[in-house]
Amino acid sequence: MEPAKASPLLQITGLKKHFPVKTGLFGRPSSSVYAVDDIAFDVHAGETLGIVGESGCGKSTTARLLMGLIPPTAGTVRFDGKIVGSPALPLKEFHRQVQMVFQDSYASLNPRLTVEESIAFGPTVHGVSRREAIARARSLLDRVGLDPIRFAGRFPHELSGGQRQRVNIARALALEPRILLLDEAVSALDKSVEAQVLNLLLDLKDAFGLTYLFISHDLEVVRFMATRVLVMYLGKVAELGPTEALYTKSRHPYTSALLGSLLSMDPDQRTERAPLAGDPPNPIDPPPGCRFHTRCAFAEAVCSLHEPVLHAAGASHAAACHMVPPNGEHSKSGMAMKAVS
Amino acid sequence: MDEPILEIEDLRVTFTGGAKPVRAVDGVDLSLRRGEVVALLGESGSGKSVTLRSVLRLHQENKTKIEGRITAAGIDVMALQGAALADFRGKHVSMIFQEPMLVLDPVYSVGQQIIEAICKHENIAADEARKRVLHLFERVRIPSPERRLAAYPHEMSGGMRQRAMIALALSCHPKILLADEPTTALDATVQVQILLLLRELQRELGLSMIFVTHDISVGVEVADRIAVMYAGRIVEIGSVRDVIRAPRHPYTIGLLSTRAHGGRLTGNRLPAIAGSPPDLANLPPGCAFAPRCGLASSQCAASTPPALSVKEGQIVRCFRVDATAKVSA
Ligand SMILES: Nc1ncnc2c1ncn2[C@@H]1O[C@H](COP(=O)(O)OP(=O)(O)OP(=O)(O)O)[C@@H](O)[C@H]1O
Ligand SMILES: Nc1ncnc2c1ncn2[C@@H]1O[C@H](COP(=O)(O)OP(=O)(O)OP(=O)(O)O)[C@@H](O)[C@H]1O
Ligand code: SF4
Ligand code: SF4
Ligand SMILES: [Mg+2]
Ligand SMILES: [Mg+2]
Repeated sequence: MEPAKASPLLQITGLKKHFPVKTGLFGRPSSSVYAVDDIAFDVHAGETLGIVGESGCGKSTTARLLMGLIPPTAGTVRFDGKIVGSPALPLKEFHRQVQMVFQDSYASLNPRLTVEESIAFGPTVHGVSRREAIARARSLLDRVGLDPIRFAGRFPHELSGGQRQRVNIARALALEPRILLLDEAVSALDKSVEAQVLNLLLDLKDAFGLTYLFISHDLEVVRFMATRVLVMYLGKVAELGPTEALYTKSRHPYTSALLGSLLSMDPDQRTERAPLAGDPPNPIDPPPGCRFHTRCAFAEAVCSLHEPVLHAAGASHAAACHMVPPNGEHSKSGMAMKAVS
Repeated sequence: MDEPILEIEDLRVTFTGGAKPVRAVDGVDLSLRRGEVVALLGESGSGKSVTLRSVLRLHQENKTKIEGRITAAGIDVMALQGAALADFRGKHVSMIFQEPMLVLDPVYSVGQQIIEAICKHENIAADEARKRVLHLFERVRIPSPERRLAAYPHEMSGGMRQRAMIALALSCHPKILLADEPTTALDATVQVQILLLLRELQRELGLSMIFVTHDISVGVEVADRIAVMYAGRIVEIGSVRDVIRAPRHPYTIGLLSTRAHGGRLTGNRLPAIAGSPPDLANLPPGCAFAPRCGLASSQCAASTPPALSVKEGQIVRCFRVDATAKVSA
């Protein structure tokens, strides 16, 4: 599963998004939400990169930054080596290549357009003839398992949640993108329908040679879908690695706690202790040093003083924790592996 | 065995406010023993919340037809009126929800609201009530409880609000707690904390509980028995072990196999249940699962399957339990 030496399809460097919040005197922005705070990672052609982390850790903000829907405070996104938003790759051009599917299948469809009109809309904006766009919409409907004869003329409110999400996927594919960014795309679906949509996504990926960024709070689903996983905590990358390595040999205590929160499905092995206490801290005022130190069972003095960088922790595997590098200031330096059950 | 603390018999709930009547609950029987936790499991729209809300008579009565019997703590719930109904809510039966902001008033401090709830039901001094709330806050492990009494709901994190709502629900010592997806909106790390708290409180206070969830693994974590709902009916009920390890209704079997659970190989297709959940305003005759069921026969579309006991304590509504015995064995 080692990615080829080819340069990454997407390259994210030094990406930041700080949202000013008005809490000061006279409503002046006096502080910021550090929603995404200096993250860097690559996305390789053909992979599914899963992004996980607790609510508010910056997953959706990262997605919106990647799509160019909001301007970054700092940092760049490169697609095929070209900086997104530069003259070499204007946003509109980039948007043909990268499309997004959101959680709320209802809000993302125009209620006054029929299903086929919704799907054909993007291509016509990009210069495809209406006739051709409608033909493409019908073939995509068929591809996502919705019989065009029955569904093409329906309005969003005449569809079930799973059917609407299929329409959203068809719509995202109408521009023949190379990357699909799925932000909690199956989270609102019932389990029985979720399985259908996940299977569909796997089929489409093979059929169209797609690359996925798959954001979800559901760790089971991410394990099933992703080839690599990125774990975020309070706007930072905590850990990044191949799915199985990360799930079975996590090197960051936060990843371990997150995985430890998974319920067992075994009535004889119920959870006896919560792996983490408390809620995630407020991203307006993130803790200094390692952002996880306020909840980490292994925190030491060094953790609140210095921010750990991403250290190599195995093949294509990295974790931002002082315990990972050998010879660090943490007493368990080089022992992160053993620290984790 | 002693009397069940809560008995729901042949509950039918029909919403008559729309163009077409919607039969959201269609003959639910459920009895809850003292100190027992039953998880009510089912997909969106299967009637879980409507069943639960019926126990507290929370439906708009002019637009809802409720039939059947509900007996809670020896009280005939259907017969309750006015002050007696208000007194029943919170004192005998209490409810917690997915979204605490629907219960907590944003303009009063959380402490104040709970004190008021206590004083409404009991003739005690505000001072006494305040002490009880402080004790409750400690009980549900709200950090710095003294200070948090004066906090407004929006000043609390999601997990803490959930704890405050649990404190409110328990403030008048109910015997029965109804929980409607109280952890669904929470992060996995916070969900575990709240589940453990509820389990501990349930045990120590001897509460009887119905816990509504669409997540089987949450049911397994908290319940003694699991009841699976589909299209307004309980299609299978049994001990957690039996339902998880030897499910007998085709829908339960399907649900358990669709889960991307336990390190299933990345990228392998999941077994999925075909089709989508039914439209309650246009239910097919017979078994509502028939259009999606691989075992359906002509009989299934013709008449409603009766509740069959397949094992001591495990009841299934399906004509083909003979066939599912082999599937799940
Ligand atoms: N437009 C905005 N203005 C101010 N703060 C924002 C804005 N958008 C997001 N935030 C904040 O940035 C942080 C990260 O939010 P984001 O939506 O990226 O989180 P997330 O990981 O997607 O969470 P969830 O799992 O709940 O979807 C949160 O604290 C959020 O409140
Ligand atoms: N007041 C109402 N008027 C009309 N229909 C209603 C009303 N309340 C609920 N329903 C319908 O009754 C059915 C059952 O709803 P219920 O809320 O019990 O589902 P649920 O199992 O709790 O689902 P979820 O998991 O989405 O909460 C749904 O089809 C719903 O649309
Ligand atoms: S750096 Fe310190 S506080 Fe942060 S995860 Fe590692 S041990 Fe815990
Ligand atoms: S009664 Fe028939 S259709 Fe219904 S679940 Fe059983 S076999 Fe399937
Ligand atoms: Mg999000
Ligand atoms: Mg509900």
